[in-house]
Order: sequence, then C-alpha cells, then structure tokens
Amino acid sequence: MSLKTSETTEGGFAAEAAAPNGPADAALPHVRIKSEDAGVQLNLGDLWAYRELLYFLTWRDVKVRYKQTLMGVAWVVVQPLATMLIFTFVFQRIARLDSGAIPYPLFAYSGLLLWAFFAGAVSAGTNSLISNTSLVTKVYFPRAFIPAAAVGAGLVDLAVGSVLMGGLAVYYGVHVTWGLLLLPVFVALGGVLALAAGMLASALTVKYRDLRHALPFLLQFWMFASPVIYPSGAVPARWRWLLSLNPLAGVLEGFRASLAGLRIDWTLAAVPFFVAPLLLALAFYVFRKLEDTFADVI
Amino acid sequence: MEPVAVRIEGVGKRYKIGALHPGYATLREMLGDALAAPFRRLRGDDSKRRETIWALRDVNMEVRRGDLVGVIGHNGAGKSTLLKILSRITRPSAGSVEIRGRVGSLLEVGTGFHPDLTGRENIYLNGAILGMRRAEIRKKFDEIVAFSELEKFVETPVKFYSSGMYVRLAFSVAAHLEPEILIMDEVLAVGDAAFQQKCLDKMRDIRMQGRTIFFVSHDLAAVTRLCKRVVLLEGGRVTAEGRPQEVVNCYLNSSWKAGAERAWGEGADAPGGGVARLRRVRVRDARGETASAFDVREAVHVEVTYDVLEEGHALVPVVELFNEEGTEVFTTHDAGEEWRRRARARGRYTSAVRVPGNLLAEGSLIAQVSVMSHFPSTILHAREANAVAFQMVDEAGGPSARGDYVGPMPGVVRPLLEWTTRAEPTE
Repeated sequence: MSLKTSETTEGGFAAEAAAPNGPADAALPHVRIKSEDAGVQLNLGDLWAYRELLYFLTWRDVKVRYKQTLMGVAWVVVQPLATMLIFTFVFQRIARLDSGAIPYPLFAYSGLLLWAFFAGAVSAGTNSLISNTSLVTKVYFPRAFIPAAAVGAGLVDLAVGSVLMGGLAVYYGVHVTWGLLLLPVFVALGGVLALAAGMLASALTVKYRDLRHALPFLLQFWMFASPVIYPSGAVPARWRWLLSLNPLAGVLEGFRASLAGLRIDWTLAAVPFFVAPLLLALAFYVFRKLEDTFADVI
Repeated sequence: MEPVAVRIEGVGKRYKIGALHPGYATLREMLGDALAAPFRRLRGDDSKRRETIWALRDVNMEVRRGDLVGVIGHNGAGKSTLLKILSRITRPSAGSVEIRGRVGSLLEVGTGFHPDLTGRENIYLNGAILGMRRAEIRKKFDEIVAFSELEKFVETPVKFYSSGMYVRLAFSVAAHLEPEILIMDEVLAVGDAAFQQKCLDKMRDIRMQGRTIFFVSHDLAAVTRLCKRVVLLEGGRVTAEGRPQEVVNCYLNSSWKAGAERAWGEGADAPGGGVARLRRVRVRDARGETASAFDVREAVHVEVTYDVLEEGHALVPVVELFNEEGTEVFTTHDAGEEWRRRARARGRYTSAVRVPGNLLAEGSLIAQVSVMSHFPSTILHAREANAVAFQMVDEAGGPSARGDYVGPMPGVVRPLLEWTTRAEPTE
C-alpha cells in the first residue's frame, strides 16, 4: 500500500487576482498526474484548496430540499416528533420501559433526532455520487465533498431539530451542566461516523448498484442495534459488550448524558473517539482508491 | 520562449470492454468473478485480460503558455478521453501529465446547474464548481448577468428558463472563469449567432491575456481561425500536429477518402448513363505523373477519361474545385474551339484541364467532375462529386505570393500579382 500525495495542488484553485499576463511562475500551482499504476494519490491539499465548494454543495443540498415544499424546514421537527410520540406511547404506556433519569419523551426525541441525522446523512451520502453523475464525469474536484455535503446538510437539519429538543429539555427541567459542552463533540463524532459510512457506501455504490437496495434494510438493523429508543441499560449485562462494537452506541449515550447533565458512561462513550477517526481514514483511503475509476464506470 | 504549461508524456488510457453491464457490476458478479479467478489462473486462461481497448495510446505533447491548441479527430478518436485526463476527471492508464497553472475545464456548459435554484443561486454554485472563489464570483456577478442578458430573470428558478436562456447563463459563468489553462469541449456550439460571436470575442480576449487553451471541436473553421496549433487524433494516437491548415488537411484527406486517382471498371456501375460514362479521373503534373501534392507555383492537371456510348452529342467535360471549407473555388467547362458544338463519335476520350500555377491557395482541394452537353440544350450525362482530392503546398522563401512571410495566408486563391512601389525620398 503506497500512499502518495504528489498530485496535491499547491496554493489556491481559483484566480485570486489574475494578472493580465498570468502570475509569476512560482505562484502557479503545479500538478503531476500519474498513471493508475502509480497507486493511490490522496491529494489532501485539494481538500483545502476546494474548501469553498464543500460549503456551496452543502448550501445547495439544504436549499433544494426545502424549495417547493409546503412546510419547509418544519419537516425536520415533524418527523422525529411524530416518531417520538409513537414510541412514547408504545414503550411508556404499553411496555413501561424505564429510560432512567431522562424522561422518555426527551430520551426518545434526542435519540431519534441524532439517529435521523445519522441515517439521513448516510443514505443521502450513499446515493449522492450517482445522483450527481454530471458533476463526476464533467469536472474535477475532490469527490469526497459530495457525500460530505450530505452530512453537512444533515447538520443543518439537526440544528433546526435541536430547538425543539432544547424546549423539551427546559420543559422537563433538566440541569444545565458543563457536560453540555460535550454535546457538539458527540454530534461531531456522529458526523464523522456518518461521513465514513457515507463515503464508503457511495464509492461502492458507483460500482455495485445493489448496495442502494440493501441500505434501508441495513440502516434499520443498525437502528435497532443502537440505543436510540431504548437505553443501553435495558440490554442484559452479559450482552452489553456487544453495544461497544457499535461506535454509534457510545455517541448516542454520550450525546444524551451531556444533554441531560448526567454522568457519562465512558465505557461506551469512549469507543467512538478511537473508532470514528480510524473509520474515516479507512473510508477516505478506499474512496480515493475508487475515485479514480468513478468517471469511467458511473 | 514561453515556459511549458502542460507536458504530456506517453499518456494512454485503457478501458475494459465486454462487461455484462456497460460500466457497473453487481455484487453477485463480483463474487462470482472472485471465486472463478483462481481457477482461471490455474487453467492459464487470461481471456478477461484481453477485453480491453486503448482509447488513447502513447500521446506526447508539450504546450507552452499562451498556446491555443485545437484538438480534432473523428468520433471515438480519443479527443474527449484526452480532455478528461487533462482536466483530472479520469486518470491515465499509462504515462504522466505535468500541469503548471490552474486548470478550468468546460466539458459541458452548466455543469451542476440545479433546476430548482434561481439564476443567481446557480451562478454561485456553477462558479464554485468550475473553480471560482466566492469573492471572485461576487465581484464578477453583475458582469456575468450582463453578459447573459438575463437581468430580468436572475431571481427565477432556471427550470422556467428556455433552453436558450439556460445555455446563455451557463456560458456566461464559464466565460468569466480565469484559469491559466482552459480546456473546452465544443461549448461554442450554443446559442444564436449573435451570442456565438460574443463567445468567440471572449475567447480571443482570453487568448490575448496569454492564457493556454485546449479546444476540441468539429468546427474546423473555428479551429483554423482561433488555434495556433492543431493536433489530429486518430484511433487514440496523434497522427498529425502542427499549423492548423496542414493538420486540417490531413483530417479532411482521411475523412474525404478521396485520393489523387479514381478509376471505375468497364461496367455500368461507373457514374454516367446511356450517353457517357466516366472511367477514370486523376490529378497529374505537367509530366503526366499522377500526384497528390503540388507546390502552389506549379500547374495542376485534372484529367478525365470517359466513354461515349451514344454518338451525335456535343459533349463538354466540366471540373469544379472545392476547398476544405466547402467553398467552390471555381468551375471550368471545356469552351475550346476544337470540340465546341461538335457531335462526337462513340469511343474513349481523355480530356484534361490545366490549372496554372500561382492560382490556387494552399490547402486541400476536392474535384467534382461532370460530362455535360450545352447544345442544343443543357443535359447532365455523368457526374461524380468528390472524385479526386489533392493538396497545394506553399513553402515560404520561394518566388510565390507568400514571399518571405511564414504565417497563415487566408483567401480562396493565391495569385502571384504584380506590385509597384514608387519612392519619394525625404530631404
């Protein structure tokens, strides 16, 4: 496995102030395109050079989603809210599930909100490359930005949905602690996991279209394997180690604990801190390896 | 000498063909393949390996800053593949490319346009996709809108645009891109005549600014007019490279498929009818040798051999010459006294017309040959379009109309005319 970064673009990608006769030689970016045999070129510098495009692609995804819709952004709140009401009815009134120190409606809403962000980002990310075929085949930029924009757009939805979560937290009178500062950290970890999964799945979908059909099933399975609507404490102690195999479990537990000002159970919550960056690095490597063939096979 | 902007070394691109699906596979196929592969290797069967095609092979090129390079070739010759490699959309299978300067590629106008977004939003989005900074787009925004002449529709979603408006907006964004190296694929073929002119002017501006342009087109007139250098791709290889006229000639020769001589058999499939039938047409020099290239100072003879099958007609051989742009250079009828209004006996005739030197301009010429009668009335007996083709070459330094000038000389004819200069020395 040879990692080469020699194709990296140095400097900016657009003319900042293009002099009439072209800028001096030294200021020009220098790109060397090597053949496929030369191995994977990570081109990390391009990610920085094209950073504004990530913003524009995210902005596009957000804008387009709420154009010509009746309720617009309200959908972001309605979906987890309705699901929360159903689960509250089922688990609290019928199954009488104990959600610990957090009132079940807040417990379920926060879990569903974070899950909706994760699942939405992964499934939008998975389909993102094939629904942007013309971009992939007609212009160069780091294609990792396409699934990344799906995650970015999901973050915007998450922020909107968080307003109601804040309202619920105030309503149920949870204590505001310093732990709240960890909330964005767990959101970021969830985002990194979604990005890793989205990049991996989108790159594979370019070649193997059937992944698209398997994805909804896989996500549903993943949801029930994560403490979204049930607390990790509801899992029998001897099976609880299984949850630590799922980095999302730690994200959900940590997210909720820091929201409600509870002590964080680090046996689960520490997992994503190690696993998420590793998964992202692996996903990026695989993505870059496959990216070279996108335009040829998409 | 200007520094090198793009250096292409031994670039090739190999594609797999013969897959079950045009591009993508399913997981089932992948698993099946993975299971079968070891057995295939055991049997020494490498049939999978052979299912590839080289869309581009061993391409070498050096482009200096400020060059405007045209790439021409038939469909499937590898033009688009080359542009895709240069714009980093796909990686070469062999060789390497070195690029100095920012690259802007326009393989399509309106890449990334979203129908639900307004004109304004699409300008920002498309600009960013093409590689412009936000600050740069903001600075040029008014200019872009003015160029597109769509001021009234900036806040309208582009899905309500007519296709002409859509393309105008898209091209306007592209036209304001200012990379050091611009890669364009036939994007000029858009819009109405007035807008096209605007685009050509814009391209001239870009060229004036010393930027490097790669331009792929079927529009030979545009290529010859705009480019300083043309590359001809055939079957994935560079088969000609140099001054536009020379390379365009090669391209036309290969596409006209007409040579210096054309002969038909004795049968009835030769052009013509009951009165006359063509048997042979050739281009020859003064010594009678068939030739396909002539110096512009040299005389060219077009010789037509035909059978007269019915006696009693006053026949006139006719030759028409067309240049590479399809313009008819001239028509000539045999108006000489010897055969004028004279009924011919049956038999084989060979007529030749001498086109004097210092008349035809350099370039490719193609001849249409006919046998007609004008007396008592005009009847066409035989005709063959694109019968023979030949090439006029004009080398600098000789006593031709070119003199010492080495650049391209426009014009349908290249007569050697007499000049006089009167000097009035100042005290």
